Amino acid sequence: MSKVVHEFTTTIPEWKPYVKPLDLAEASAEQLEALKVTPSNTKVSDYVLVLAHDVETLTHRSPLFNGVMYNRGGLSRAEREIGAVGASIVNRCIYCAAVHAGRYNQITKDETVIAAIFADGVDAEMEPRLKAIFDFAVKLSKCPSDADASDMQSLVDAGLGKDEILDLILSSSLFGWANRLMHTLGEPVGE
Amino acid sequence: MADNKDVIAAIVGIEPGSALAEVVVGRADIMALTQQTHDGALTPVEPGGLSHAERAALACRIAKINDDKDFEEHFEALLDKAGASGATARIADIWFDGGSDARIKALIRHVDLVAHAPKDATRRDIELLQEAGLTDADIVRLSELVAFVSYQIRVAAGLRLMRGLA
Repeated sequence: MSKVVHEFTTTIPEWKPYVKPLDLAEASAEQLEALKVTPSNTKVSDYVLVLAHDVETLTHRSPLFNGVMYNRGGLSRAEREIGAVGASIVNRCIYCAAVHAGRYNQITKDETVIAAIFADGVDAEMEPRLKAIFDFAVKLSKCPSDADASDMQSLVDAGLGKDEILDLILSSSLFGWANRLMHTLGEPVGE
Repeated sequence: MADNKDVIAAIVGIEPGSALAEVVVGRADIMALTQQTHDGALTPVEPGGLSHAERAALACRIAKINDDKDFEEHFEALLDKAGASGATARIADIWFDGGSDARIKALIRHVDLVAHAPKDATRRDIELLQEAGLTDADIVRLSELVAFVSYQIRVAAGLRLMRGLA
């Protein structure tokens, strides 16, 4: 029997929307373009089909999302995932946390950091550079943001370059956006 | 009012040629997409059931909830530009809960919740919007508005802190 997942996990749940996803048969040309639906690619997740109801933001969201998480240079992919996880912990987005914690583990082949974060939340212990990154993501994700000049200085002291700090700001903030969609428009369901 | 060509650059005060400008130019594509999403969320060509004035007024609340005066002023200017009626402009008043208008009341309740404490949102919160007469498409439009503005405010907050770096 399937049930709603309330605890953090790296097992990716299924996402069940509270609203009706767009019916592809009723999609406009603009929606199909934003969804990148072609005759050979008709597989679109329910999440993206829900977002397709607002095509004027979805059109830009997908390239923006990919750029923030995967573009070249700057902060490492693994550390960007920690920015995403920090936000998802604050906003308790079980689904986003599962996906991005899983990616961190996959990239680093190390499960101890995520295990510590899932066990101890914002107080998790980890090596100093990662801790500065995680703390900054957590504080920026509060409402209002709780990040201050000393948190910024901690990033510099931990050895982050300005280009890396910018990428951390972007990945943490991006999940302030993603969590507010994923966690509020549907729920994570597991076996 | 912040220059609508790049709201974040105007609000943070990223001076051309400054050290911060040099860093940000490395992610110029992201900043441009951010601005395009701002326009898509605040002044869409097809606004559906959420007018430009209502979007600006709700965004103003989000700025206030985030204690961000610069964004508050920016969205107030958008509200003026949209030519909002008194009733719509009142949505921006953080002490106003929608009064006797069930639809406005539901919009305000949801925006305040998702801006401030998205972790507390449940299925019931979406049902309340549906019961107030919002279509599913408008619920998604409203959600993108809160989610995007929350993102944009955080990017600017981080960049303001970077401005202080040597």
